[in-house]
Amino acid sequence: MDLKTLTYIIVFGTFGLYFAIAWWARAASTSDFYAAGGGVGPIANGMAIGADWMSAASFISMAGLIAFLGYGGSVFLMGWTGGYVLLAMCLAPYLRKHGKFTVPEFIGDRYYSDTARIVAVVCLIIASVTYVIGQMKGVGVAFSRFLEVEYGIGLAIGMGVVWVYAVLGGMKGITYTQIAQYCVMIFAYTVPAVFISLHLTGNPLPQLGLGSTLADGSGVYLLDKLDQVVTDLGFKEYTTAVLGNDINMFAYTLSLMVGTAGLPHVIMRFFTVPSVKAARASAGYALVFIAALYTVAPAVGAMARLNLMTTIEPAPGENLAYEQRPQWFKDWEKTGLLVFEDKNNDGKIQYVADPDANEMVKVDRDIMVLANPAIANLPNWVIALVAAGGLAAALSTAAGLLLAISSAISHDLMKGVLTPDLSEKNELLAGRIVMTISILFAGYLGLNPPGFAAGTVALAFGLAASSIFPALMMGIFSRKISGKAAVWGMCAGIGVTMLYVFQHKGVMFIPGTSFLGDMEANWFFGISPNAFGIVGAIVNFATAFIVGRITGPAPAEIQAMVDNFREPGAAGGTQEPIPAHAH
Amino acid sequence: MQNLTYWQKNLRLIFRCLAIWFVVSYGFGLLLVEPLNSIRLGGYKLGFWFAQQGSIYVFCVLVFYYAWAMNKLDQEFDVKE
Repeated sequence: MDLKTLTYIIVFGTFGLYFAIAWWARAASTSDFYAAGGGVGPIANGMAIGADWMSAASFISMAGLIAFLGYGGSVFLMGWTGGYVLLAMCLAPYLRKHGKFTVPEFIGDRYYSDTARIVAVVCLIIASVTYVIGQMKGVGVAFSRFLEVEYGIGLAIGMGVVWVYAVLGGMKGITYTQIAQYCVMIFAYTVPAVFISLHLTGNPLPQLGLGSTLADGSGVYLLDKLDQVVTDLGFKEYTTAVLGNDINMFAYTLSLMVGTAGLPHVIMRFFTVPSVKAARASAGYALVFIAALYTVAPAVGAMARLNLMTTIEPAPGENLAYEQRPQWFKDWEKTGLLVFEDKNNDGKIQYVADPDANEMVKVDRDIMVLANPAIANLPNWVIALVAAGGLAAALSTAAGLLLAISSAISHDLMKGVLTPDLSEKNELLAGRIVMTISILFAGYLGLNPPGFAAGTVALAFGLAASSIFPALMMGIFSRKISGKAAVWGMCAGIGVTMLYVFQHKGVMFIPGTSFLGDMEANWFFGISPNAFGIVGAIVNFATAFIVGRITGPAPAEIQAMVDNFREPGAAGGTQEPIPAHAH
Repeated sequence: MQNLTYWQKNLRLIFRCLAIWFVVSYGFGLLLVEPLNSIRLGGYKLGFWFAQQGSIYVFCVLVFYYAWAMNKLDQEFDVKE
């Protein structure tokens, strides 16, 4: 069977599975729609969080980034996992105890203010919309490359699939679909990695293979070989290359951790479990399921880099002739993501660090995971599986984000502030209509990505880190912090972060409007705009502290509420898992 | 220790866990990476291993340890859901 047919069978087979689950898990109430009825067990919730969290960026881009950044890529590995430690200990249990549906709702309750709730809604929408564009692009690209349909049609199919299970099932449908998507994703990621690790080192576990000796009998460690190969060609040593400078790496990691803990589509998953105990446990399971991919990624990155280098230059000074290049090389050249230019006209490929002599003019980082099975000569079904895995990663994250957006609009803006007398049935209908509009809007943005699309994922983390995370932390760990303090803090944190990003990347990322230029020389302590979220968070904390000192503490009943959600069973005796009718 | 409240004990636990969280990632993985890299763990330089593997394993253990310790604390203070 040829690759294309096989890919169609596997991809549409997984879609059929998602539809079947969606039909089985239809939502009947707003509690189902926003929080899956509060009845998801910790292991199932952990898997759903894993799929929710691991997007096209984790599945496709991260290993490629690590392949080319080496040690510098560690910021993504630590940053995107370490945030779950913060989430598990500092946020999730208390938010679950409070027992509402959305993050803005918690902020509105704790800070006894519709203004705070609306500010949180705005932060949430900006962060989630920017994130969802990337997922939609991922869906379109995966379709166009693997199934050879047009980008726009691929995007439309993806939108249709998400629409069916997100609108029909809400959080309930999304949760159970995400469990299936996690399984598809992790299988698709691990299988090629195991094959490659076995081939290169003889060790089937990629995590151990990365630290093993090569299977060619030389007794040389894989990482030592890689260090030697890349430094011989003038690149930075793989295992020590830093990203920017030490302060930048520190700030970058911290920003990603804090941003991870502050992303609303992940936090709202903790409203779906039946108890505080289950919330703590599901954070642990989520991290294990995420680590299953994140500890394999550095092996995939390093091994892909080594394979690429040794394919082009099998032995020092013996370069591959362009005419003898392998089939995957030709395939990716067609997409324009791999570009060769014979600068010295010797018909051979030179891939070196010096830009004047380098003939691999373009090696797109994203191709590393997608081309990996082909580079390692793996069977066609593995390649088809990777396509299904990439789609599962993009679709599951898109669905989670769309739910966060539509619940913020239907539950927080409409039911919470604008039309409080909305009946539950109408709120459910409104949720579904808003979800449909969100999907169409996201699809439109995926089809016509705005100029700033490339910079937006970083902005989403920066926004979450500088606005939502500090507001939640202060709301839980300080009994006295007032509504005014939180609103000022959120505005100041977001403001500083956006100002810094815009001044270096251009206002709304329009080229030429940056007033300090995208130059390292002008960076604050050498911190890149992507890593600035943590500075915004500190500004948020400081502003809230000062305003809180001036305007006085929160009222006594709010302090009592804080005491209540700090302890699982405190005050009020038994509590309903999640009230079917909040308010 | 006896007269600490549930919340104070929780805070102490969080502080201890986050201290370890900081040491393995920011300490071993970033700040002390150069001295640690002179030690080898198989083919891994130790600092590099902490940055790309070890810190993630420790994070997993920490979150489960916290959940376990908090369940014990819930029993000790007899807080029920």
